Amino acid sequence: MSNEPKTLFEKVWEQHVVAEPKDEPTLLYIDLQLLHEVTSPQAFEGLRLAGRKVRRPDRCIATVDHNVPTTLEGRSNIVDQIAARQISALNKNCADFGIELYGVDSPDQGVVHIIGPEQGFTKPGMTIVCGDSHTATHGAFGALAFGMGTSEVEHVLATQTLPQAKPRTFRISVEGELPKGVTAKDIILAIIGQIGTDGATGCVIEYAGSAIRALSMEGRMTVCNMSIEAGARAGMIAPDATTFAYLKGRNHSPKGADWDKAVAEWSKLATDEGAKFDRELTIDATKLAPYVSWGTSPGMVAPITATVPDPATGKTEIERKGFERALEYMGLKAGTPLVDIPIDRVFIGSCTNGRIEDMRAAARIAQGYKVSPEVSAMVVPGSHEVKALAEKEGLDRIFREAGFEWREPGCSMCLAMNPDVLKPGERSASTSNRNFEGRQGRGSRTHLVSPEMAAAAAIAGHFVDIRDWKVKEMATPEVKA
Amino acid sequence: MEKFTTLTSLAMPLDRTNVDTDQIIPKQFLKRIERTGYGEFLFYDWRRTATGEPDPSFVLNDPRYKGAQILVAGKNFACGSSREHAAWALANFGFRAVIAPSFADIFFSNAGKNGIVLVKLSEEQVAQLLNNAKTTLGYQLTVSLEDQTVTDGRGFKASFDVDPFRKFCLIEGLDDIALTLRHEAELDAFEAKHDQDVWLKARS
Repeated sequence: MSNEPKTLFEKVWEQHVVAEPKDEPTLLYIDLQLLHEVTSPQAFEGLRLAGRKVRRPDRCIATVDHNVPTTLEGRSNIVDQIAARQISALNKNCADFGIELYGVDSPDQGVVHIIGPEQGFTKPGMTIVCGDSHTATHGAFGALAFGMGTSEVEHVLATQTLPQAKPRTFRISVEGELPKGVTAKDIILAIIGQIGTDGATGCVIEYAGSAIRALSMEGRMTVCNMSIEAGARAGMIAPDATTFAYLKGRNHSPKGADWDKAVAEWSKLATDEGAKFDRELTIDATKLAPYVSWGTSPGMVAPITATVPDPATGKTEIERKGFERALEYMGLKAGTPLVDIPIDRVFIGSCTNGRIEDMRAAARIAQGYKVSPEVSAMVVPGSHEVKALAEKEGLDRIFREAGFEWREPGCSMCLAMNPDVLKPGERSASTSNRNFEGRQGRGSRTHLVSPEMAAAAAIAGHFVDIRDWKVKEMATPEVKA
Repeated sequence: MEKFTTLTSLAMPLDRTNVDTDQIIPKQFLKRIERTGYGEFLFYDWRRTATGEPDPSFVLNDPRYKGAQILVAGKNFACGSSREHAAWALANFGFRAVIAPSFADIFFSNAGKNGIVLVKLSEEQVAQLLNNAKTTLGYQLTVSLEDQTVTDGRGFKASFDVDPFRKFCLIEGLDDIALTLRHEAELDAFEAKHDQDVWLKARS
């Protein structure tokens, strides 16, 4: 290895090169594969047909998240037989191939991208893959983490490697202090709005700058999570004291002398001064506002103070047609202030915003208020650990008293593969990551927002500018003598 | 995997940008544990009206394009979810090539593993092909992977780039795992050393 200054991405990449055959993609070693019920059955079937084994079951973990119902009743008897068959296929595959499974009944079950970090599997400098495009979440720790298809799931199971063409590097520096009410979710929505849903295709983004450094691990995960919505292969953030503080003491974090050694190694990963990126972009954090998506692509976003845009503002004919189609699908008229859009449903959760900090942020807004009678709202913690911690802090009580449903962990209404589905024409404020046509059910209309904005919208019955919200102080718990 | 050399077929125009994999194969079909049988669910919601009837205005239902094996679409085709089911559905429906100005990364990889050739042409060239396919009855294209060209026999000719290794695999119809296992000795050596790195261990 040369002494040239290197980027975080290059350092992680170089430490995982198994072979560089001439005129072929690099063979990259994979430290950790995360598996779930939806994209793995055909991969295990492929192994069986070819008589292959899982090379490193110790470098795999599995959970059920996409299909699982979020009510206790629904979980005890999964009525969707096709979903039930897929869940039992994962149980059998994990048992047959010796892979640890966080199943429906596990006390640590949750969304795959939430339990990986929570259990300490995710570590800086690792290569992490999953048959799920939101795998970039783990890049928040300085890991190179990316999504892949089922053939690649099978490939990693069999070989613990992946042939990969080296992506280009793209540094996005978010500088300055975020204004009050503006969150990690707004940073990433603003980025996608600016560069477009194919703005980072073929690239690994490194998020840098003082606004990123100031984020908690939860916030960093939210930013990296939606890298795919900008087309990126992965998103990464250099590990620092915030990262190490999060990791210390987790189930699978190194212990004792190994911990010290690990921190020393992880500390070397940050991009060197003077390292070159293929592309660079700087964003002024002080100018950001709370964002709301208005269309059917995550790039169709606007600040809450804006109005629904006029399709005539599209830059090309095909873009204008795309805008028109999006507005028709969303049932919106150009020029309507975003704050005037009434909503029917609210979903707080997902791998984007289903962590404890998201629960706290939404509860702080909901405290002392009632959900609008026109709105049905639900909170789905991302994992059992998030749920238990939230309950310990009394957040479930705040949500329930305000009229939110408090559910069991899973992907839920983010992609509506389980029973949590919008009806045709229903409009949601959702903390998830995609507003594609039909994403939350056929004919569903999704607006992507932060947890704070979603909670406020549930109460008001329409979008509101969270910067104007009057937070009611948390009541001091009564102490009974 | 089926080999691909040259394909001449009707071209179906899908004049939309940012076609996401949720549209190509909606989530309800991802619960299946089989690898086959997804063709009938391709573009499931776009093929149907709100009442569930076939929507005659959607190009997949247009009898003029029945049997087309080449799909022409707008930029950023197959963005979003990593679901390989999108590639399975396209292949199972009969598509062997997609022509667009750009493709999402994960789909790019998934398509290759299912014998689908992705042809990246300029926005202008794709606009021309979309227009030709819409206005010329029985409009056919020839995609030659060997020559890396797209022609229509009426004067249109464009060449496209393809990674040499990907081209080799598509032409030979090669299985990736077997290719990787050619490097098993290097892998064993790498892994033995890499396993000593405690900071990169999955479990502690």
